[in-house]
Formats: sequence, C-alpha cells, structure tokens
Amino acid sequence: MADIQYSWPDRDSSKVIGGRQIRLDGMAKSTGAAKYAYDINLKNMLVARALGSPHAHCTIKSIDSAQAEKVPGVVHVHVLDHAKPGREIRWQGELLVIVAAETEAAAMEGVSKLRVEYEPLEVFVDEFNLEAAKKAGRTSKDGGKVQLEKEPGDDEDEATFADKELERLFKQSAHVVEGFYGIDAITHCCLEPHGATVYWDNDQLIAYLSTQNVSGTDEGFANDLKIPADKIEVRCQYVGGGFGSKFAPDYWGTAAARIAKATGRPVKLMLSRDQEFKLGGNRPSAYLKVRLGADKDGVVTVWDSDHWSSPGADGPGVPQGVIPYVFAPKNYRRAVTKVTTNNGPARAWRAPNHPQGCAITQTAYDDMAARMGISSYDLFLKNLGTDDSPGVAGAKPSVYAAEMEIAARLIDWKAKWHPHGKGARRGDIVDGLGMSLHTWGGGGHESTCTVKIHPDGGVESFCGTQDIGSGTRTVCAMVLAETFGLGVDAIRINYGSSRFPVSGPSGGSTTVGGVSESHRRAGQEALAKICEMVAEKLGVPAAELIADDGRIKARGDAKKSVAWKEACAMLGMKPLEVTATFRPSRNKSPLSDTKVGGVQMAHVEVDTRTGLIRMRKFVAVQDMGLIINRRLAESQIYGAVIMGIAYSLFEQRISDPASGAFLNADMSKYNLCRLGDIGEIVVEMYEPESERSRGVIGLGEPPVIGPGAAISNAVCNALGFRVPVLPLTPQRVLEAIKNNAGRA
Amino acid sequence: MAAATAVQTQLAAQQGTASKVISGVTKVTLTINGKEQAVSVEPRTTLLDVLRYQLDLTGAKPVSMDSSSGASTVLVDDQPMSASSLLAVACVGKKIRTVESLGGDKPDAVPAAFVAHDAQQCGFCTPGFVVAVRAFLDKHPRATEEEIRKGLNGNICRCGTYANIIQAAIAVVKGGK
Amino acid sequence: MKAFEYAAPSTEAEAIELMTERAGTVEILAGGTDLVGLMKQMLVNPDRVVNLMEIRSLREIEPTPSGGVSIGAAVSLEQILDSHYLDPYASLKQAINNISSMQLRCQGTLGGELCQRPQCWFFRGGHGLLGDDGRAVAQGDNRYHAVFANAGPAKFVNNSRLAPALIVRDARLRIVGPSPDAEQWVDLADFYRIPRHGEQRENVLRAGQFVSHIELPDPGSFQCATYEVRQGAGPEYPLTAAAARLNVQSGVVRDAKIVLGHVAPTPWRSEDAEHELIGKPLTAETIEAAGLAAIRLATPLSRNEYKVTLAQVSVERAVRMAAGLPPGGF
Ligand SMILES: Cc1cc2nc3c(=O)[nH]c(=O)nc-3n(C[C@H](O)[C@@H](O)[C@H](O)COP(=O)(O)OP(=O)(O)OC[C@H]3O[C@@H](n4cnc5c(N)ncnc54)[C@H](O)[C@@H]3O)c2cc1C
Ligand code: FES
Repeated sequence: MADIQYSWPDRDSSKVIGGRQIRLDGMAKSTGAAKYAYDINLKNMLVARALGSPHAHCTIKSIDSAQAEKVPGVVHVHVLDHAKPGREIRWQGELLVIVAAETEAAAMEGVSKLRVEYEPLEVFVDEFNLEAAKKAGRTSKDGGKVQLEKEPGDDEDEATFADKELERLFKQSAHVVEGFYGIDAITHCCLEPHGATVYWDNDQLIAYLSTQNVSGTDEGFANDLKIPADKIEVRCQYVGGGFGSKFAPDYWGTAAARIAKATGRPVKLMLSRDQEFKLGGNRPSAYLKVRLGADKDGVVTVWDSDHWSSPGADGPGVPQGVIPYVFAPKNYRRAVTKVTTNNGPARAWRAPNHPQGCAITQTAYDDMAARMGISSYDLFLKNLGTDDSPGVAGAKPSVYAAEMEIAARLIDWKAKWHPHGKGARRGDIVDGLGMSLHTWGGGGHESTCTVKIHPDGGVESFCGTQDIGSGTRTVCAMVLAETFGLGVDAIRINYGSSRFPVSGPSGGSTTVGGVSESHRRAGQEALAKICEMVAEKLGVPAAELIADDGRIKARGDAKKSVAWKEACAMLGMKPLEVTATFRPSRNKSPLSDTKVGGVQMAHVEVDTRTGLIRMRKFVAVQDMGLIINRRLAESQIYGAVIMGIAYSLFEQRISDPASGAFLNADMSKYNLCRLGDIGEIVVEMYEPESERSRGVIGLGEPPVIGPGAAISNAVCNALGFRVPVLPLTPQRVLEAIKNNAGRA
Repeated sequence: MAAATAVQTQLAAQQGTASKVISGVTKVTLTINGKEQAVSVEPRTTLLDVLRYQLDLTGAKPVSMDSSSGASTVLVDDQPMSASSLLAVACVGKKIRTVESLGGDKPDAVPAAFVAHDAQQCGFCTPGFVVAVRAFLDKHPRATEEEIRKGLNGNICRCGTYANIIQAAIAVVKGGK
Repeated sequence: MKAFEYAAPSTEAEAIELMTERAGTVEILAGGTDLVGLMKQMLVNPDRVVNLMEIRSLREIEPTPSGGVSIGAAVSLEQILDSHYLDPYASLKQAINNISSMQLRCQGTLGGELCQRPQCWFFRGGHGLLGDDGRAVAQGDNRYHAVFANAGPAKFVNNSRLAPALIVRDARLRIVGPSPDAEQWVDLADFYRIPRHGEQRENVLRAGQFVSHIELPDPGSFQCATYEVRQGAGPEYPLTAAAARLNVQSGVVRDAKIVLGHVAPTPWRSEDAEHELIGKPLTAETIEAAGLAAIRLATPLSRNEYKVTLAQVSVERAVRMAAGLPPGGF
C-alpha cells in the first residue's frame, strides 16, 4: 500500500469540518441523562464522606473514631496515612479520616462524631505581604533571567554590569513607568467536585473517576494500590469541570478503592464543596514591582521587574518566562520569589501562568500609554515589531496586528476611546476601553485511535480520551464523518475508558489537536483499504477514489461509484480494524500545528462612588488554525471570556490572616460571574487561509488569558489611574480612588 | 382538630394513628414526574438525596451546601426550588418535576434550545439551568433579552455558558414555547 | 445533619404545642433555604424541626381593615411580587427583586427572610454566632462585617434585605406562643437585638414563639425606595443597603425615615440622616448632608472602612430614588 498523505480537505470541499454541527451529547446533558462519576449508583453502594482538617497548620495528636463507628448506618472508618498521630498537616481541609456509610447523611453524621486532637502550629497565609512572608521565613528565590543587548566585559561582574547597564538604559529612555500590579489566587471550583465511584470485580478495579485523564489515571491507581495497571479500568463519560485540576486519581480516589476492597462493596467518595475549594486546586497568585522604559515612540526597550507568587503549600509559582507577557523587550531583568503558605497546593489552571503573566505586565504597558497620553492601541501596535524583527513572542506580529484591527472595528475603538481618565461622565459613571494580547501552544498530544468498519457499513472508533465539555466526542465524529463521506450520525465514538487505545490528558488545549490527528490518520488509512477493494471492482486506481456523500466515487466521474455500504460489504465476514497513532515531534504534521495568538478588548463602566464595575462589551478575536467545529469553538471562547470576567471582577480565595482558614469556601461566598454580569460578548474567529492551512490547534485555553489585562486596562482608562490588583472589587476600586484623591 | 397535612394522612393510613411527629426511617410516597414513588426517608433526608440515591434521577446535582448554585433546581408545584435544601418529608403531597421530565422522545423546547445554541459545556450545571429557564419562561413567556439577563441569576455555571443560555432562552421565547 | 424529629402542623396552636414540648431544641422550618444548609453543616442541630409551611393562615396575603396589608410569615417572596395588594409598596417589591434568584424567591419565605441567620463567615465556619466572642472577627478578615454598633462581641451584620424596606414602612410583626393562644405585636424596628453572648439570638423571639404575620400599615402618601450596593447580578448579599421614606411637600421634606442594611448586627436606623433631611428643601446639598450624617457614628473595623463610604452612598442614592431622581450610579 502506498504511503498515505495525511491531509485535510480544503475549505471549499469540506462538508463537515468547519461547520456548526451541534454537540452530540447536548440532549443527554440538557435532560439529566448524562451520568457523571457523582451520578453513578451501584447496587449495595456505600457513600463516603471525609473529615477535613479545621486547622491550616497543625500536627495530629490523636484520632478516636469509636463514636463515629457507632452511628447507625456507618460501615467503615478509614484513617488516611498522612493523618496518623504525629503527622503535620499544612493546609485547611486536608482530608484526615473517611467514613463510609449506607447513606450520605449517616456518613456525614459519622464524620461529625470523629474526635481528633490537634496541636495547632504557626500559620502563614498572607501571600500579598512580601515583607511579612520574609519575616515568617516563607520566601525563596525562584529563578530569574537577565538579557541585555550589550555584554559585560571579560573582567566585569555580571550583576554589577546589569545594574549599571539597566540604569543607563533607563536614563536614555524617553519615558519611564514604575508600577505595582497583582492578581490574587483563585480556585478551580469545578461544579462536580473531585472524586470517584468505584467497585471491585474480583481482583479488577473499576473506577468511575471524575477526570481529565482517562488513559493516564489507571497507572495512578496502580502505583498507589500496588496492583498491576491491567487490573484497573478507569471510566469517565462525563466530567463536571476540571480546568487543569483533574489529572490524577488523588489520594481520596485510591482511598475509595481501599474502602471498597475492605468492605467488599462499591463506594462513592466525592469531596464536599468546601473540600473542593480547599483541595481541588487553585491558581497561584502573582504580584509584581516593575520599572520599564520606552523610546520616544513608546517601544519598550528596557524592563526590570521583581515578582512574587504563591502556589500555596506546594508546587511551582508563576515563573519568569511569562514576564513581560507576549511582549519581548530587548533588555530585561526579571527576578522571582516564591512564597509558601498554609493554603492547599496549586494545580494547573487553564493556560497555566499565562493569565497572571498577562494581567500583571500588559497593565504596565498600558500605563506606559497612559503616561505618554497615547492610545493603548497605538502603543501595543508599535511594540509588536514586524514579522522579520518581532517584538513579541508566540504568534506572528502580523497576526496580532490583523486581529487588533478586527477587534478595534468590532468594539469601535476609534470612536469610543478617550485618553486615560478623560472620558465623559454620566452621573457618577465613567467608561473606558482596554486591550490585551495572548498566545498559547495548543499542539496536539499523543493519541491513538482504532477505527473499526463493519461489513454492514457501521463505523466506530475507540480512543482513551475524554470530553471535558470542549466537545471531543463531536469533534471525533466530525473528523471521521468527513473522512468517510458520511453523516455525523453514522459514526459511533467510543471513549472514556482506560481500556481503549491511549490518548493524552485533556490539558494545555492539546485534545482537539491530538484526537483529530489520530482519528483522521486512522480514518484515512481505513479509507485507503476500502478504496483498494473498490478500485478493483470499478476499475479505477485507488488513488483516484474519494469518499463523498455516502459513496466511494471516482474523482471526476460520478457514474463510477459504489454506495458506502456496498463497499463495506466487500469486507466479507470480518470487520476492518485500523489503528493509528499521532506523536508530536519536531517535524510539523500536515494535520496540526502549535502556537496561536489572540486579541481581546473590553469596554467597561465604573461607578466612581461605589467602585462597582459593569461589563459593557467584550470582543475576543482568536486564531486557532483550522476550525473543526465553529459552534463549539465559539462556545469555548465565550466560556473562557466569562471565566476571565469572573477572575477580573469577582473571584478570589480569601484566607483569614489570623487562622489561615479559607473563609469563602462555599458557593454563596466565593463570588463568581452570573448570567447578568457578562454584558455583550463578541467572538470573532480569525481563520484566513494562511492560518487555516497550518492545521488544527487547540483553543480551550488561549481566550481565558487576556480578560484580566483587558478589563484592568479598561478600568484604568475609565478612571485615569490603576486599580493595581485583580479582582477589581469595589473595596479595591474605592481604595485606589482614595489614593488618587481628586483624580477620579 | 386541625386538618391533617399530607404527610400525616399518609402515615395515618400506614400506621393507623395520626402521628404528628415523625422520626427515624419512614416510608412515604412522593409524586415525581407524574408517578407515585414509594421511598424510605428520615426527616433529615433531602429531596435531592431521594431523587439521586433512591430513584436514580441524577439530573439535579449536588453543588453547594447552601443552595446558592441552582444546580439542584426542580419544580415543586410548578415553582423552581433547590432540592438540596428541601426535606423530602416536606414534599409529600406536592407535585415534583425534575429535569428528566423535560427529556424523553419529545423533549421540551428548553432543552432543545439548549442543544441548538450549545448552552452547555461540561454540562454539570445544565440540568439545573434548564429547569430554571423553564420556570422563568413559564412565568414570563414573552421575556425580553433584558428581562432574561435580569431573571436568570439563580444558577452558576463555571464553564461560562451564559452567553449561549441567553440565546437559547431568546429562541424559546421566539418559538412561543 | 444530625437526626431529628419532624412535624408539619396545620394550625398555629398545634405548632406552638409542638415547639413548647421540646422548648429550646426546636428549629422552625419555612422554605429551608437557610436552615437546611445550617443543619447540613451541623451549625444548627435541633432535636425537632417544626415546619410552618402547612399552616394555611400563614400562607395568605390579605388587606387589613385599616387599609394596610397582612402577609403570612410562610408566604414566599415570589408570591409577594405577584400580589396586587402589595403594588402600593413598590419599594418592597424592588427589594425582593434584588434577590435575583427565582429559586430563592419561590422557596424562601418572608418570615425566613426576616429571621435568617447571619452570613458571617466565622459563624458559618464553626466559630459560633459571635465568632469566638468577637475575637475571630476583630483579628481576622472582617471586610464584610459591621461598621456600626460593633463594639461588643457581635460584629456580624444583619442580612435581611427586606427588613430596611419594611421598617421604613413601619411594619409590625405578629408573634405567637409560647402558650397556645398568646399573641403579641412588635414593631419590626424593635424585633432585632444585638446578642451579648453566645446563648442569645439575633431577635427577641423566645422559645416556643414564632412570627406568624407581618403587617404593613396603609401605604400613605410616602415616597419610598431601597438602594443596594450589589457587586454582581447574582443573589449574593449586597455590601451595604439603605431604605428611605420621604414625605415631600412643595419641595420640602416634611418627614423622613432612613434605615440601613448590612452595616450593623441589626437593621440600622439613622436618625442623624433623617434630621438632615427633615424641614429642608430636597436639594443635592441636602442629600449629600444626609449621606454624611448617616456615617457620623461609623466605627469601621480593621478591614472594612470602604463600607462606610458605601453606606454613605447608599443613603444618598436611596433618598434620590425616593425623590424620583435617578440614583446617579449603578
Ligand atoms: C447561600 C444563600 C444565599 C442567600 N442569599 C440571599 C440573599 O442574598 N438575599 C436574601 O434575601 N436571601 C438570600 N438567601 C435566602 C435566605 O435564606 C432568606 O432570604 C430566605 O427568605 C429565608 O427563607 P426560608 O423560608 O427559606 O427560611 P428558612 O431557611 O426556613 O429559615 C431561616 C431561619 O429563620 C427561621 N424562621 C423561619 N421562619 C420563621 C418564622 N416564621 N418565625 C420565626 N423564625 C423563623 C428559621 O428557624 C431559620 O433559622 C440566601 C440563602 C442562602 C442559603
Ligand atoms: S457547563 Fe460546566 S458548569 Fe456549566
């Protein structure tokens, strides 16, 4: 068989790809038929609940579960290893003891009867306060980088040279801005908490896990339970949100398996809402002090920053690599300090580090525009550079420039923009415009797919991927439908089991790239085999055959064709099975690519007496290579923007400075955006042939990066001064107004 | 003697006494999606637990401790309420409808519009939202976009499907259903 | 939830009897939006729960002979919105509409709204009603706490969103129990109290008592309005709020009543603000002076000074709205 040239059909001949196919499991989700891990009910199942540490920092002195065991309905009490007497607990909510019972109410009552003695230890959670963190011994250097156009002489000390050179560059700058910017920690707040429903079938473990990583979590169970991975099946058809926090079984997942083993009964263990807030993942905070200098045109040529970031008790903070964000000034020094606190450890959050990098640095660029009295649009444009000599990282300057033009048109930038703080006032209300740029990789992950074609014409695929809400199922079906010239309904997609061929975790916007690669490859290979059979019958070379409209046809000769079913019948008694794998490599695949760019603009109103902010309009222009499903892509962007509005205006983890408690760990106190808060959102997908021809690139993350900077810049444009730290709560806006008395 | 309330009447029929106080596990009948369902509950059992664990009606979701997310919204005598903060015993004698009643072979216009406008991503908030939109539009069948934006704030979606939900609700109003 | 006994009486007398049998360990259930969550988190652990929702007389809205309206405590907030009897009390409906969740309005009752427990995160986090006798609040993050009347251990705010609107309307409560035929009438303004120790609650109800009705007098020719500083479109509680009642004749304020919400452990009447208004022409200067007067007694805690500004603006805007002017901001 000839080597297959993997390719996508061009724009005009695509029948399915690029269309607006509705989500295949939409009705199941909209009518409650979709079953999530939380919804799986098994016969004879126990429901487990856990006691979380009330203290943010303590040692466990003793645990007494006698009273809990006596609660009617309680069947099993499981003390976690890390909670044994003498062990140190470093954040509030850490699970200590799990109680499994006949009902959820009995389990919760059992939990309330556990008697644990704690030795409280000193607590530190005030990550905003660098001086306090230093005093408490909670800081450490976390990397940094210096890059200067000039090099030190042979005998010069590098650090001293950098000091001197930076001073010289600042002196030489036409404009210098000094500023402070920040963004608080937020949590993932998945609506379906982390957890699993599990049972043992003899020595086989079946785990319905709420996960973004079906193919990778069986190993996690195996390592922890010390059993072979082939004895484990992880299943997940639906997951109620992950956003980067659901890649592993977690210790509570394996504890559920242990309890199921010990009791011989299925067990459901989901985190409670407050535990979900405290343990389910959070995004590191970041605060930055910076000085930047620009030439007379506003091109930033020197950047000197120091930032600190807290991932909570463990994990990486925001690294220097995203400072400044997208923009790449020729000279910079960037230093990082990590602050560890008694908060739960951070986890990857949708586009890890980019939203923070964007929010704390593109605000500084905007302040440069304000200092110079010019439009942020003009300053951003000047700093893009050219495709030959880019001033930005990620996407090409020409892509950003084209997107800026589109966004400006959609938000009517020219007519609506006014110099910072100089807009018209309507009662106590002022309005403003702001913008931001973002980039993301989004290259496909490794993915294997088996396509099975039945002699009756039926088509199925098997792939160990998952649909986290981004529409994986629909995308896979569309790719195969396009490949075989069939309707989407004719394809059966099987995913959500670790027994299926391995596919990567859904993180980093890698899924659509990965699964469209593996499905297209397996599909094209299978089609080639079908065509070989048909070729003989029609007397047309296989290479001249195409699949279209439910038939295999000779290109350019409509009379020579057979129906798809007829073609498949030639398989005889045996179905055809083809497996293909995509492995990302340095060589560009013809089907997918990496690196996108996007531009976002916000129009806000600020009430200068209450500090309230309302969204008027938000425009998101996004490049994503080849678009498989326009409708789903739009939904992703809408969703990302809305999440962005939430972290810009509402959302923050509030830790009590005195006790370290996570004070707002419930839905009514952890403010999120509601339907009435979003204003008008306009999404525009940038898909010129130059970008489409690059192939598929993931989209889940990029549009969530920019809202922080765009909204903060719009507020600054409205007020005439910066509210430095996100979220922009009324409290913070009022404080900024006070600090800039008379200027609002 | 006061008129007996629904739950008392049921218990009287079972036990032969008009017991005023219920404790421990009790069998009661709930009317759910038009069907009489015999379930056993304690006073502390929430309607949500009964739906999810005894009847396998898992459309209504447990999201918050404090009924502020709207994810467990069901209709009780046609009023939208949070099943997570209703005691099952307090629902005896009432007509309960869950999101599942809007599905089936001929789905209601609201879930159909949610599908057409892609008003769901992970889908965990969606059943609660669908019921809330149904209740809101039953009461305000000609709601304007502005009224929709003001009227549907009892539910939280983390994935950010609000823009699509607004479109879905507008479509239902236009379709007159 | 701890296991408990449950009863759903159909008359007031039966309810009182069921409550007094177990006096002190009973909780009243209305819509359950607050109580059930509190019980789930084991912050409230009654031995018996008495459900008022089956008592028909508590579920009715009726005109009173004196030209006012009587609202049963178990009437849902949505029912109030839908009732034509309450059309003359537009600012009450406005306040209810601010509770922007249809679910909460359909399930929540007026009695429950007035008797809901504080949202103070130290109380809800298990530190008791007063938050370790006020220490947790004083030393911790108190951004949403009281800026008035917070010198004692109670530093939470009263969350009722309807109490300010009802107090400016001189609403009265009918309280029944603890003996089967006992009834008394209390001005809503006098219903709340500031607890001095952990055993006390936030209102004057004694064991075996509950609120049966809320009565509004004749709507009169007042102009009323409620203004809330709401951070977003959701039903989350406002940061501060104010209700205003004005009687303006030929441009001069003859009478005024100003009550703030979410600023003190009880709804907070500002006579200082009222004094600034009464007898004055209703000008921008008068309104500004009323706002300033309203915060004269403010004693912010370590992290909630901004709420003082918001209280001032709330008063100004409530007065503006009562006067038929646009609030000026959102
Ligand atoms: C997270 C959350 C957010 C909310 N947000 C808001 C909000 O922003 N604004 C708002 O107004 N409401 C809000 N609510 C609803 C709030 O609980 C009340 O507004 C609601 O009206 C309470 O009514 P209910 O009938 O559900 O009360 P229940 O929960 O049944 O009772 C509340 C309390 O009042 C007592 N009680 C009830 N009725 C009586 C009576 N007749 N006599 C004496 N005591 C009585 C109960 O024992 C209980 O302690 C919220 C609730 C929650 C849980
Ligand atoms: S669709 Fe995921 S929470 Fe709404």
